[in-house]
Amino acid sequence: MIAADLLVAQNVGFGIISLLMIIGAVRVVTVSNVVHAALWLVIVLSGAAAQYLLLSAEFVAITQVLVYVGAVMVLFLFGTMLTRARIGAESDLNNKNWFLGIPVALLMLGVMSYVIVDGFGSERLIDNSGDMQPIPVQLISDDIFGPYLLPFWALSFVLLVAVIGAIVLARKD
Amino acid sequence: MSALLAADLPYWVQSLLRVLGGVVAVLLPAGAIVYLFLFKMMSFMQSRLGPMEAGPYGSMQLFAEVGKWLQKEDITPERADRVIFKIAPLVVLASTFLLVAVVPFGPDAWFTNFEAGVFYMLAVSSVSVLGILIAGWSSANKYSLLGGLRAAGQLIAYELPMVLAVIGVIIQAGTMNLQGIVLAQNTGEMFGWNGLGNPYILTQFTGFIIFMIAVQAELTQTPFDMPIAESELVSGYMTEYSGFRFLTFFIAEFATAGVFSFIASVLFLGGWGVPFAWFGWTDIDSVDNWMNVVGPLIMFGKMMLLSFVIMWVRFSYPRFREDQLQRFAWKVLVPISLVNIMVTAILKVAL
Repeated sequence: MIAADLLVAQNVGFGIISLLMIIGAVRVVTVSNVVHAALWLVIVLSGAAAQYLLLSAEFVAITQVLVYVGAVMVLFLFGTMLTRARIGAESDLNNKNWFLGIPVALLMLGVMSYVIVDGFGSERLIDNSGDMQPIPVQLISDDIFGPYLLPFWALSFVLLVAVIGAIVLARKD
Repeated sequence: MSALLAADLPYWVQSLLRVLGGVVAVLLPAGAIVYLFLFKMMSFMQSRLGPMEAGPYGSMQLFAEVGKWLQKEDITPERADRVIFKIAPLVVLASTFLLVAVVPFGPDAWFTNFEAGVFYMLAVSSVSVLGILIAGWSSANKYSLLGGLRAAGQLIAYELPMVLAVIGVIIQAGTMNLQGIVLAQNTGEMFGWNGLGNPYILTQFTGFIIFMIAVQAELTQTPFDMPIAESELVSGYMTEYSGFRFLTFFIAEFATAGVFSFIASVLFLGGWGVPFAWFGWTDIDSVDNWMNVVGPLIMFGKMMLLSFVIMWVRFSYPRFREDQLQRFAWKVLVPISLVNIMVTAILKVAL
């Protein structure tokens, strides 16, 4: 018998979206066509956006859609279509060293689980399912441009360096 | 805020009503734009009558066209990627439906009231690029692929000026909520006079022009119709589509024109509101209930006005060359909108 407080709409939604994301993630690495793999990745990334929405983290969800679905995946597809995007299955898509990825993935899983358990431990989300209020954008901007200003600057500096590097690499003269 | 929609209806009835309202808000503008502007106005500009046979003044022409398209055979090219070929038009249309979800039509007449509505609008409008790209790729046709790539390059380039143009409005209104922006415009005042509110087209005129240019490019309408240039690419990414799949693209194109006009009228023309000082309203909650009926009509009027401008430009100008198009976005529109943001921010702090 499942406890009654587990069978709320949010949990059911979480389950369905997670299932879709897992199927999508497996298909990304098993499918034998580059464009299909990219499209399965779109499903995984939009699933992440939907999960953020379930947590009423509206701003993060929209950012996820804008950055990953709208920009990163479009660039992925654009790049593959310019170079090697044939229709139909390709046989030589798998890297022959693919098994090296397994220990790396397990290590990442371990590190992530440790960080999350260590950081939040027994903390629980506040149950405000009665009237879930989205987090105001002002709070997020106050945080980013307040205590996290220095990391924010450092990140934008890294991006600037990357952009200049790309221009240097692309210039012929 | 919950007087009308959320009254005592169960959740599923509300959702059903919202879906129905969304369908109306997408299809009605699309139909009106296609008949009034694409069929009639274009014909008058070219000194001809346009469709006259179906119904009085050809007013039933739309139904005739839709009927014709629905009867046509649904052809998929032999070497195409069948599944993706069929999904692609739906992705484009879905992006339009997601877009209309944030548009407020009255004090209580909204589908969703996102805190970050403007941001949502920008994010969702970029999803249609995906649909266009995979439509071009899956058709297994080099014209389609070229058209899809051109469309993607163009939409990425013009999304930037659009985002930057909207930031001026956000700075001035101090909120990203579309209802908040409507409120800020209709309770605003110009030099202490509040008889007209303060529609942002006056203070953000640069932003408005850049936004409308970017909309024109996002819709791949002339003069930015390089991706579907019919004389060299045979309609680009739509080449292989026929029957109701082409109809889906067609509806999506004109519905998106309507929805972007809705959004532009919210951002720059005061949205559903009349200046609140006329009736002594002070905030959203004090607005009378009849605005829920009048508001959508006002929105519709403003939408028709703006899409008239979009169509007028479409019928008037020749097409940009691909390099001119990219140069225009990156070297003209982006710098101007950055300057616009700086000036707006300085004035916001100084005044």
